[in-house]
Amino acid sequence: MLKDITLGQYFPGNTLAHRLDPRTKLLAVVCYIVAIFSCHSAWAYGAAALTLIVSARVSKVGAKALLRGLRPVLFIIAFTAVLNLFYTPGEVLWTWWVLRITREGARTAVAMMARITLLITGTFLLTYTTSPIRLTDGLESLLNPLKKLRVPVHELAMMMSIALRFIPTLIEETDKIMSAQKARGADFESGSLLRRAKALIPLLVPLFISAFRRADELATAMECRCYHGGEGRTKLHVLRFAARDYLVLAFYVALAAAIIVLD
Amino acid sequence: MDEIIKVENLTHTYGEGTPFCRSAVEHMDFAVRRGELLGLIGHTGSGKSTLIQHLNGLLKPTEGRVLLDGKDIWAEPKKIRDVRFRVGLVFQYPEYQLFEETVYKDIAFGPANMGLRGEELDRRIREAARFAGLDEGLLDKSPFALSGGQKRRVAIAGVIAMEPEVLVLDEPSAGLDPRGREELLEHIRAYHRERGNTVVLVSHSMEEIARYADRIVVLAHGRALMDGTPREVFSRAAELVRAGLDVPQTTRIAMELQKRGLPIDPAVYTVEELARALLALKKGGGRGC
Ligand SMILES: Nc1ncnc2c1ncn2[C@@H]1O[C@H](COP(=O)(O)OP(=O)(O)OP(=O)(O)O)[C@@H](O)[C@H]1O
Ligand SMILES: [Mg+2]
Repeated sequence: MLKDITLGQYFPGNTLAHRLDPRTKLLAVVCYIVAIFSCHSAWAYGAAALTLIVSARVSKVGAKALLRGLRPVLFIIAFTAVLNLFYTPGEVLWTWWVLRITREGARTAVAMMARITLLITGTFLLTYTTSPIRLTDGLESLLNPLKKLRVPVHELAMMMSIALRFIPTLIEETDKIMSAQKARGADFESGSLLRRAKALIPLLVPLFISAFRRADELATAMECRCYHGGEGRTKLHVLRFAARDYLVLAFYVALAAAIIVLD
Repeated sequence: MDEIIKVENLTHTYGEGTPFCRSAVEHMDFAVRRGELLGLIGHTGSGKSTLIQHLNGLLKPTEGRVLLDGKDIWAEPKKIRDVRFRVGLVFQYPEYQLFEETVYKDIAFGPANMGLRGEELDRRIREAARFAGLDEGLLDKSPFALSGGQKRRVAIAGVIAMEPEVLVLDEPSAGLDPRGREELLEHIRAYHRERGNTVVLVSHSMEEIARYADRIVVLAHGRALMDGTPREVFSRAAELVRAGLDVPQTTRIAMELQKRGLPIDPAVYTVEELARALLALKKGGGRGC
């Protein structure tokens, strides 16, 4: 159950996708999202899907791992598809009782499903191939201009990297505490809603306590190493664009442009 | 002696279908006999914790079966909770699982889940606290106000209170000071003797296992490497060392003495035994060195 949550999970590797500058990948994902939302025709969706498949192949992320990320949002996908399928006005294809499917509805439903699937798997590819540290480094560097507007970019990035870093830890911990309570006969899976909510107490109390303890320890450890915010802080790994970054970026910009202009 | 738990050809693979997929336990066969204190030992990452989580059905075998009293525990997946009451498992670092306002209530969690109420519940809580070596006075305190060692005892009492037929403890003494270790293990031994229940003790300290276990199973790289009495296992000291394990210091001394030509059995594994063997040598007027 918990193992389905793959958000923020990084699969280490040494492929072209892993070596790319995180800023390139972030911008590429932005271009990709723009492209997906400008898609109308089948060929445009095809091109977007093909790009994703090729990118996944290059980064050696298996289809299984990639699709696993979809599982938590399966419900949302199904829900939007059904809504679109039955509630879009247009040329009627099929009716039964109050249900009515239109040609436009079917089209939108399929398009919606394709859009969400591509969107999610595309972003997952980013987190699968980029370590959380590099991801936030990239984000911080991209958002740097906002510092002029007094946006606390560094602090936000630090908060994000800590959160990302601790998601797997917390999931692991939740799993462990859950097992320990199950060994004492806790039942998380059956009973009424109220009973189930109550059953969560033995899980949540130890989880919160350990999260606070960890936060405390982390704060102490950071202070011990003289962390005092972003002011004057330099980086061990300075981000630099290489030729491959320009090439990949150019490709994604071209993809987005082509779909916007031609479709 | 009959076998209360039998593990047949057990394999467990973590993270199947991801790049992190790996087998923590591979084709393992082993048995727990009724009424014994079994020691389970192995190097870090040898699969001890993975193995014991199969004994009460927290993990499902990727391959193979786990039999409790001759019945496959997964034959009726709906009844797996009953298995958990019969095989009580205390996790590694169990102090992180406490959540109630008082120690008393926390120990009550397991037996209350079994449906126990009133006097029987109270009796079990007090008895379990005694077995785990907790003072009556601590029962009304908040578990978060206790020391690490006391918290651990509360967690152990919480499982003992379910009165399981088999009590499995995953490294109960890890991270305690020598005195705390000894006290805790003595309490476990007393529980075993008084109740006559089956106990499985996981550890990676050879000294500990040698002193307390009737029988030892040695794990290495997800397989059962050896299975026998402490004497049998420690007589294969060289193999143990090769498997990344230590032998008790007494065994090491005896091995060294034997290497220097003294007729001594290298499988002695307690201080008392070694002392006796050395005295016998002296009396027998063996060659000096
Ligand atoms: N939840 C998990 N997901 C993936 N791999 C795991 C998981 N738990 C354990 N492993 C892996 O399985 C192997 C065996 O782990 P296990 O915890 O059973 O070892 P252990 O003998 O209990 O070690 P230790 O003495 O450190 O407690 C290890 O290599 C570990 O990395
Ligand atoms: Mg372990």
